[in-house]
Amino acid sequence: MSPLELARFAAGALRGHRLRAGLSVAGVAIGIAAVVALTALGEGARAYVVGEFAALGANLVIVLPGKTETTGHAPLGAAERDLTLDDYRAIVQRVPLVRQAAPLAAGSETVRWGERSRAVPILGTTAEFLKVRRLRVASGRFLSPGDPDQGGAEIVLGPALARELFGAANPLGEVVRVGQWRFKVVGVLAPRGRSLGFDFDDLAFVPVRTAMRMFNRSSLFRILVDCHRSDDLDRVKRDILSLLKERHRAEAVTVITQDAMVSAFSSILQALTLALVGIASVSLAVAGVGIMNVMLVSVAERRAEIGLLKALGASNGQVLAAFLVEAVLLSGTGGVVGVVAGAALVRGLVQVFPQFPAVPPAWAVAAALVLALAVGIVFGVWPARRATALDPVAALARR
Amino acid sequence: MIRLEDIWRTFPMGGGEVHAVQSVSTSFTAGEHAALVGPSGSGKSTLLHILGCLDRPTKGSYFFEGREVARLGEDERTRLRRFRIGFVFQFFHLLPRLTAQGNVELPMLFAGTGREERRERARRALDRVGLLGRAHHRPDQLSGGERQRVAIARAVVMNPSLLLADEPTGNLDRTSAAEVMALLEEMNRDGLTLIVVTHDPTIAARAARILRMDDGRLVEESGSAAGVSLQARVDLPKGARSP
Repeated sequence: MSPLELARFAAGALRGHRLRAGLSVAGVAIGIAAVVALTALGEGARAYVVGEFAALGANLVIVLPGKTETTGHAPLGAAERDLTLDDYRAIVQRVPLVRQAAPLAAGSETVRWGERSRAVPILGTTAEFLKVRRLRVASGRFLSPGDPDQGGAEIVLGPALARELFGAANPLGEVVRVGQWRFKVVGVLAPRGRSLGFDFDDLAFVPVRTAMRMFNRSSLFRILVDCHRSDDLDRVKRDILSLLKERHRAEAVTVITQDAMVSAFSSILQALTLALVGIASVSLAVAGVGIMNVMLVSVAERRAEIGLLKALGASNGQVLAAFLVEAVLLSGTGGVVGVVAGAALVRGLVQVFPQFPAVPPAWAVAAALVLALAVGIVFGVWPARRATALDPVAALARR
Repeated sequence: MIRLEDIWRTFPMGGGEVHAVQSVSTSFTAGEHAALVGPSGSGKSTLLHILGCLDRPTKGSYFFEGREVARLGEDERTRLRRFRIGFVFQFFHLLPRLTAQGNVELPMLFAGTGREERRERARRALDRVGLLGRAHHRPDQLSGGERQRVAIARAVVMNPSLLLADEPTGNLDRTSAAEVMALLEEMNRDGLTLIVVTHDPTIAARAARILRMDDGRLVEESGSAAGVSLQARVDLPKGARSP
């Protein structure tokens, strides 16, 4: 008896009691739909948070001047080691696996155009910053590439700052004053909004050397290093530390990665997802008991049929298989219906909250289907064994 | 072909035991037509189930085509039921969800016969019982006699050597009963060994040999001419065969 014929035979038997079969299919479908939908939501939450970090550049190594430790009295003259543009150049040239890096000098200053003025953070950097921080330019261009030591009098405005100063006017080519310095506006950034607490819309970018001169700084605020792969982060971090140690003759810098924080968030949310799925699975166990009940009733009702099948030369194995396949058909159909319903549910939710990236992950769909089949097998075995244990003579004696 | 030696079948009941079959010894030759008669509870059905490998004797030896089947493994007994023995029941036992054709195909389904061959052989078997035109009717669309004829087609579709019929006419009117018996006898004339359990003397009278059971024992064996009154034979349209 081929598996296909077995399935056809079992399906024929199920058609005999459609309502009962339909209800147990619905039981499994609800459980599976819950598993699929909750996994999609949990995974969506995780993807959302990880995406937020990735938007900032998840493969980022950040170099800070000085060691992060609390000191009581700093001994006189024990100046914090500067992080210089030479350090930046050395990192770019000598550390392997670095995709690109950008120096950062920061300060705050008032930007004026005509009568209007606005105090905003001023970031001094180079052309690479755009890519390192995944920013986009709405009009004009970003800072021009070239030697970071060169400086220059160009400025790129955040969209909020541009709107506040210029209103509807086109800022490109206009000259603004920052403190006593004059800059020509070369570009306006695309809106980015707040990202993990920092507003990328209300600020301005100038060449790094100019910013250091403006704020009278000898040290950079940060060096941002972008790696190709997150696996490289540790290696790059080590290389930068040893490079700077060699240059400064002391461990005078701190190197941090974002990736540690990302993975912490990610694993918390993963645990949450698993907990949700665990709760949903309870409903599957309930559905399984439902299937078992249906199959037991079916075995009791079809005693004569089972006896007949044996008299006609069906082996115990074939009778067992026929009833088991019935249970698996019930749960498998429930699984497929559940996956479709769960996916539809998630789709509907995404229509209402479009910013939330909830999609049932492929592994969850696969796991749900396997789970459904397992429910059929586990809860179908006992009724099927009862069917084979039936005495064919007793079964045939009645009509 | 069949030899029974001191067959006992005992069922536990309450605190004690019930001897459904007690010390039955007899034999059947290939192509024989025998009737097994006796009152309800006399053990004739139990004996039939033992003959059909559906039940095992508690004690004794059962040789089927030279093999001691009472001690065969379940797989071997399943193969015997599948290939060598056909059953016809009082309540037909057709699966209501399958067509006549589907019901006749059932034994071949378990035997793993290919789809095309199954269809062809089922059609031939249905043709043989005169129901080819009803192949696609479900049991509830067939009359009682037609149902039993479908059941006969199903019983013989595997070309068994033994056909066991348990009250095959018990649920049929006279005309249908006569038709069904004629059909069974036709199969018998083609070489099939036929054993019919019945308590209808007119049906029993058609058999070449009658075995009477009472209280689990085989009490009387006779040819049909000796065992049945003349009157019963006159009633029958075709007459029973004489030994």
